[in-house]
Amino acid sequence: MVTVLFYILAGLAIACAISCVYHKNPLFSAVSLIGVFISLACIYLTLSAPFIAVTQILVYAGAIMVLVIFVIMLLNLDEDSPHTNLAYLYGFGGGLGVLLIGQALFVFYAVNRAGQKSVESTAAGQTSSIGKAMYTEYLLPVEIVGILLLMAIVGAMIMSRRLREPSVAASSEE
Amino acid sequence: MEPSLETYLALSGILFAIGSVGVIYKRNAIGMFMCIELMLNAVNLSFVAFARHYGDVTGQLFVFVVMAVAACEAAVGLGIIITFFRNRESIDVDDASIMRN
Amino acid sequence: MEQIVKTIFPFVVIGVAVFLAFQGVLMIVAYTVLAERKILGWIQGRIGPNRVGPWGLFQPFADLFKFIFKEELAPDESTKVIFYLAPLVALTCALMPIIVYPFGPEIKGSFDFLPYGLGEGITSLPLTIAQMDVGVLYVLAITSVGVYGIALAGWSSNSKYSLMGGLRSSAQLISYELAMGASVIGVVMLAGSLNLSEIINAQINSPFKWFIIPQFIGFIVFMIAAFAETNRVPFDLPEAETELVAGFHTEYSGLKFALFFMAEYVNMFTVSVMCVTLFLGGWYIPGLDLLARTIGMEWLFGAGTIGYAVVSHVGFLTKIFAFLFFYIWVRGTLPRFRFDQLMNFGWKFLLPVSLANVILTVIVVFILNR
Repeated sequence: MVTVLFYILAGLAIACAISCVYHKNPLFSAVSLIGVFISLACIYLTLSAPFIAVTQILVYAGAIMVLVIFVIMLLNLDEDSPHTNLAYLYGFGGGLGVLLIGQALFVFYAVNRAGQKSVESTAAGQTSSIGKAMYTEYLLPVEIVGILLLMAIVGAMIMSRRLREPSVAASSEE
Repeated sequence: MEPSLETYLALSGILFAIGSVGVIYKRNAIGMFMCIELMLNAVNLSFVAFARHYGDVTGQLFVFVVMAVAACEAAVGLGIIITFFRNRESIDVDDASIMRN
Repeated sequence: MEQIVKTIFPFVVIGVAVFLAFQGVLMIVAYTVLAERKILGWIQGRIGPNRVGPWGLFQPFADLFKFIFKEELAPDESTKVIFYLAPLVALTCALMPIIVYPFGPEIKGSFDFLPYGLGEGITSLPLTIAQMDVGVLYVLAITSVGVYGIALAGWSSNSKYSLMGGLRSSAQLISYELAMGASVIGVVMLAGSLNLSEIINAQINSPFKWFIIPQFIGFIVFMIAAFAETNRVPFDLPEAETELVAGFHTEYSGLKFALFFMAEYVNMFTVSVMCVTLFLGGWYIPGLDLLARTIGMEWLFGAGTIGYAVVSHVGFLTKIFAFLFFYIWVRGTLPRFRFDQLMNFGWKFLLPVSLANVILTVIVVFILNR
């Protein structure tokens, strides 16, 4: 049951990922990427990590991708033009991709042959255990992440402010 | 019968590879940004799979940190992209070759 | 035979539960539309729809048939795939939270009367489809995904009005989601759980019975943010008919328009359920089991019996209808915000207030738990 579900979701995730890379239109890429996020969230549910699954949808699909789609709509982006002077990148990228997938599959094959351990089922996904670990053992990383978020907020605000000044200066020069 | 840890790692590796190819293929900054998000998600998947395998919440906490970093990246990165678009009328990374302005 | 029945039984139970819940919610939604038209009519000194059936009671079905037989149009320049996908996304995301609603209390008792020993070991029947550990976050997450329906509809229609509506709605939803999430944190801290049923139990065991008393600021913030989240007056900027024709669904017709319309009303229902569950004790009616004990009718509606569940469920629905009525009342009364006023209000007033509420709650909970 879980295995069948996993393979369906994995297929969906890979298909959406490929379509995200393949489409020239940024909005199609974004929609495909949301597909990847949602199928990954479902996989997290089968891995008994409901909290991470819901956070994945809340943060990635609900916040980050809404921002991305907002920017795509705001800038009214058209289709991505193909590489002209950098055609060798196609070969390079394709080679790298094949290499990475080959490596992943080799690891899979090699480790699989070495004998597999059964996946233990635990209560590790419980929200309370995550909360406890977060605010006792891993307090420092959480604090650092908080500072990082604050820095990002300040940085984004400074950037949006700086963007107003040149346009004002430019219009006054004209 | 659940899929083994290696299956999850293989899926994670495949997604990461697709994402890295995308970063090289894409020319516009938003596309590259989305492919980076895809790579981060691939890594998250392996973290969660490890957390499940060892019955430890540490992996899930890493995912949490990665998500926070991704959110920061979105805020700052999209701010940069919009500023860049205002200056250049394009978000093609090849146009970002001049340090001035 | 026995084996087959035993394997299929859980799926049948879940299927029946899902069917009942979805049918119930959709019927309520259909009649909310009628109620809205009637009440708006009364507020404006009109009668409202009264032609189809007695008092216009069959109006929702007439509307449905009209929607089905209308012509489906798609603009030539639209992006077809996304244009067709958007209403589906909107309605799916609106319906998904239904599975975690606590519709009523657990019915306690033995289920040994079921054949093939199916009731063995079952001592209670929860009136919830899924007991999700992270129910509150689940509802917030799914409703935040619902914005894609609106944003994609606005983008794919290839019309200026639609695009403006989509842009406004994504900006508005991102802004007000923060305040909404922050206002829920207070309740979650008091209850110590993200499970909706657990939150109701925590309210029953608390001295206040309903969290609206210790969390009044959170309640007000949640209400205002809920109006913004569902794109209702006074925050209906995405579909402001005087400025944007019909906003994001300008180009939609027929059944696709009906899907958007239904999604909006199901979302209204969702935020009403959340409001009732988080702040007004959900299905809990204070003093009901005490009353049953005093007048000696515990066998009929004491805690855990079927009668108790029925009465509590009716109480739950009454609270929700009160909220839906409030929504309609506000729509008939208040004018619309301007867009910059909306943003200023969300970021400079609502968010700081809800964060202050979180800090206050942290301090109080810390002192009480020492």
